[in-house]
Amino acid sequence: MNDMKQIFKVTPLLTKTKRSYCPGCTHGVIHRLVCEVIEEMNLFEETVIVVPVGCSTLSIHYFEMDTVQAAHGRAPAVATGVKRALPDKTVVTYQGDGDLASIGTAEIVHAATRGENITTIFVNNGIYGMTGGQMAPTTLEGWKTTTSPFGRDYKKEGYPIKISEMLATLNGPAYIARTSVHNPANIMKTKRAIRKAFKAQKEGLGFSLVEILSTCPTNWGMSPVNSLKRISEETMKYYPLGEYKSVEGL
Amino acid sequence: MGNKILMKGAEVLGEAAVKAGCRLYFGYPITPQNEAPAYMAKRLPEVNGTFVQAESEVAAINMLYGASAAGHRVMTTSSSPGISLMMEGVSYCAGAELPVVIVNVMRGGPGLGGIGPSQADYFQATKGGGHGDYKIITLAPTNLQEQADLIFKAFDLADKYRIPVMILSDGLLGQIMEAVEYKDEIKPEDLAKKEWAATGRDPKREKNLINSLDLDLDGLERHNHKLQKRYKEIENTEVMCEEYKTDDAKIVVVAYGTTARIAKTAIDKVREEGLKVGLIRPITLWPFPSENIKNALQKENVKAFYVFELSAGQMIEDVQLCVNAKKPVNFYGRLGGNVPSPDELAEKIREIY
Ligand SMILES: Cc1ncc(C[n+]2csc(CCOP(=O)(O)OP(=O)(O)O)c2C)c(N)n1
Ligand code: SF4
Repeated sequence: MNDMKQIFKVTPLLTKTKRSYCPGCTHGVIHRLVCEVIEEMNLFEETVIVVPVGCSTLSIHYFEMDTVQAAHGRAPAVATGVKRALPDKTVVTYQGDGDLASIGTAEIVHAATRGENITTIFVNNGIYGMTGGQMAPTTLEGWKTTTSPFGRDYKKEGYPIKISEMLATLNGPAYIARTSVHNPANIMKTKRAIRKAFKAQKEGLGFSLVEILSTCPTNWGMSPVNSLKRISEETMKYYPLGEYKSVEGL
Repeated sequence: MGNKILMKGAEVLGEAAVKAGCRLYFGYPITPQNEAPAYMAKRLPEVNGTFVQAESEVAAINMLYGASAAGHRVMTTSSSPGISLMMEGVSYCAGAELPVVIVNVMRGGPGLGGIGPSQADYFQATKGGGHGDYKIITLAPTNLQEQADLIFKAFDLADKYRIPVMILSDGLLGQIMEAVEYKDEIKPEDLAKKEWAATGRDPKREKNLINSLDLDLDGLERHNHKLQKRYKEIENTEVMCEEYKTDDAKIVVVAYGTTARIAKTAIDKVREEGLKVGLIRPITLWPFPSENIKNALQKENVKAFYVFELSAGQMIEDVQLCVNAKKPVNFYGRLGGNVPSPDELAEKIREIY
């Protein structure tokens, strides 16, 4: 036993509070990655995290960092206020797809185009989790939700919004990437992208965002394993992974 | 104290905020207060401050929320439609106990309305405006000197009680020019440090959380009781009111802001004719100076009240609550951005005297 080396430990930046997330939900994995990067980059004492309205509102109790809870969709504006008051601190928003890509589209687009020096972790699970599974602006064709009970029909409900592609057209962002957490290799890639996003902020290069394809087994009505499969078989086809923007020098 | 400077009302708002130690301003253009953001855009860089033209008033109030959460003095200015958009954010500030200063240079409504002076947002400011059981301190200046002084007061009250404070100005007070003398400048670094602010965590202290969510019913009830207790304390200690020639008055006019200013001239006019008329001018609209009204009500010489507003009758409800139908409460209001002349108000007084 004594010669065993510890190669993994839970990051101390996550509190011990019992989590409210459903079994198989990938919010937890993403929380861990964000905290690990903050820990590894030694940013704990200087980070303020802004949390949204959605399932991850409850993360007000999960992070050890100073935390600000924002109104639905307004996290980028709130983070702008925090960052302008404390320009030397690291400011992060953590937002779901209803929060960021529907009610908060104005705030995210303008924070991005201002080149606001903040980092956004954008959790795209293609549905409104917190309110019980309504159609999101990111919901894919055919997906049944409580407000698209016959399956989303692009002709009737329009098309899912591609945030990373959209924001990458702007000049303000320094780093925009889409990743996924459906398997270990992609989890590691997600972590690398998060690190790069934080680096962009640390170096004052401008706005950074990592869109992470995530699951909602509960409202998708799927087992955790099938939910992960759905990401690789469906979600990733509409939302290709990759770096959409990475300024020179990053 | 310095010397008197001639300035436009909307600019006075900005300069007073800078002198009160505010280094962050977020806002969105809307008439009749556009000179305020323009002034801040030029002035704040001189003092290492930050001006951001937000993408909307919704964003602006949430930027205030963030800057305040980070422990800094912060202000926005807007006018009626913009203030309506901010209401969710104000409710969040109230719930999360964040000190912010908001100026409403009121214009005629409803809807897009017009750009003339109005007092039709009294209900919105003093009765909540957004969702939930909350109050914000509401201050109503009557001239530019007071507008400057109340900005200082607003920041102090906001910090003292961790509460949003609104200055209820109007299109007239935004656009006129008057000479103003500012109070001594406050340096932001001399202000008391806000230990509760989310600034990045010193591991030696507890985590700071700025939040208005509590899914535990009893927890949220306790939080509400805590807020209500604070509101009571504010009602007991922070009322501001001016009385003008009320001692021997038969008619007591109740008016605030621009209307009070015109009413004063009207009162001087009718006094010259021998009519005994006085004025109660609430400076804090919430907390409302109920005691001043109730004291007047007790007096034998007071026969009736006369409420003047630039609205269809909003503050009158607070006056009526105090008078409780024991004496007549008359009302005269102008709407749509129109302002009465002193002669017009004098004539109204004569009609009932
Ligand atoms: C102004 C406002 N509108 C609606 C809501 C209700 N609401 C709470 S969470 C939510 C959707 C969250 O979905 P998403 O951002 O995708 O996050 P998830 O729960 O899936 O993680 C909605 C609509 C609210 N809290 N505030
Ligand atoms: S409802 Fe969906 S997003 Fe929310 S915790 Fe459960 S699985 Fe996760």
